[in-house]
Amino acid sequence: MKVTPYGVRGSLAAPGPATARYGGNTSCVRVTGPDGTVLVLDAGTGIRTLGRELPAELRRVDVLLTHLHMDHIIGLGFFGPLFDSSMEVHIWGPASATLSLDARLRRYLAPPLFPVLLRDLPCRLELHHTGRGRFSIGAFTVRAARVCHPGPTVGYRIETERASLTYLPDHEPALGARRFPLDAEWTSGFELAEKVDLLLHDAQYTHAEYPGHVGWGHSSVHHALAFAHLVGARHLVAFHHDPGRDDAALDQAIDAAVADVRPDFPVTIGAEGHTFDLGRSPTGAEPAPSIPVR
Amino acid sequence: MSQQSVEMILVRQLAGYLFVPVVVVDTAGTLIFYNEPAERILGVRFEETGRIDHKEADRLIELSEDPTDSPDDTGRPLLTAIQQRRPLHARRWLLRRSDRVRLQVELTAFPIIDQEERVLGAMAMFWERQGP
Repeated sequence: MKVTPYGVRGSLAAPGPATARYGGNTSCVRVTGPDGTVLVLDAGTGIRTLGRELPAELRRVDVLLTHLHMDHIIGLGFFGPLFDSSMEVHIWGPASATLSLDARLRRYLAPPLFPVLLRDLPCRLELHHTGRGRFSIGAFTVRAARVCHPGPTVGYRIETERASLTYLPDHEPALGARRFPLDAEWTSGFELAEKVDLLLHDAQYTHAEYPGHVGWGHSSVHHALAFAHLVGARHLVAFHHDPGRDDAALDQAIDAAVADVRPDFPVTIGAEGHTFDLGRSPTGAEPAPSIPVR
Repeated sequence: MSQQSVEMILVRQLAGYLFVPVVVVDTAGTLIFYNEPAERILGVRFEETGRIDHKEADRLIELSEDPTDSPDDTGRPLLTAIQQRRPLHARRWLLRRSDRVRLQVELTAFPIIDQEERVLGAMAMFWERQGP
């Protein structure tokens, strides 16, 4: 399983020289299976480039949306396969209590916000409501579950026989907890992330910033580290960087938290284009990050 | 112990901040959380007991019918909320067995139903009745 972020930023794209090292695109991750199956996690602005880099022979791609906040779907209308009649595109995501996934997506992919209607896309498009449960896509077993974030939001655990990935880009498991973490039973996202090889987790705020953003649906770096420790993750990738934090400030924020907490697992700052090649060892226990861990 | 759903986790977090006594049960009727004000009614602390099953709950308290209550809502309010998927307001006499204190309480119980219409459990808020 190869995992490549194409967008690591949260809330709003933040392009420019000051964010060039980690990238300014919003959430989007490509996951490629050993059989060539391609999953796309979220459709932030990074999905435009991802779509252009897909293998020419690929005929099916699955887009797994965690939720429908704008930074996670804004790139959808610029995803090349949607405009390719030879492609089969499956979009998975949460419905709400009253609206189907289709109805919710049509709120964005329709005038006046977007000129092309969902029903007019030339690809073969299938939408799937993601609730709780497991499903298979190619070589992957995917498990979804609701997690703590405003509005219907799921996280994903993606597994092959040799490796596992958990994707929780927008997640505030510390919400309302007087001390965090509580035990596993009472921690959002625990079962999705338990003993996972690679955990991509929300780390938008610093410890000092979090009190001013309680309930916004995001974690501090400290919370991400505590969550990763609780679940026994083998490797944490800090994700969903605040758009106001440039590369130097991001280094500083993560380094300070890591120095404070001293985790017993590697921590990597999520960066566009850096591939994690998981499961090369028989147990899948030794993810091989392509950039130095902290 | 498997992880609770995010809906139940948020119910617990909310209850933890309320002044009103709150108890939360799962679909089997097991008491999976009660807040600090509820600890005063039950006479035990959640940090010490953890979850409390039916039998243990019966050892702690006894709920009995209040003759002034509506005859429609007899039985265990939380179980009714789960089984009938509806809210319930009831009056009961609550006997705390540890010190034999008897309280007249009013309670509102309602099921916790997720967006896929699955019943995950129920919660009840208690008010101690002052006077008749």
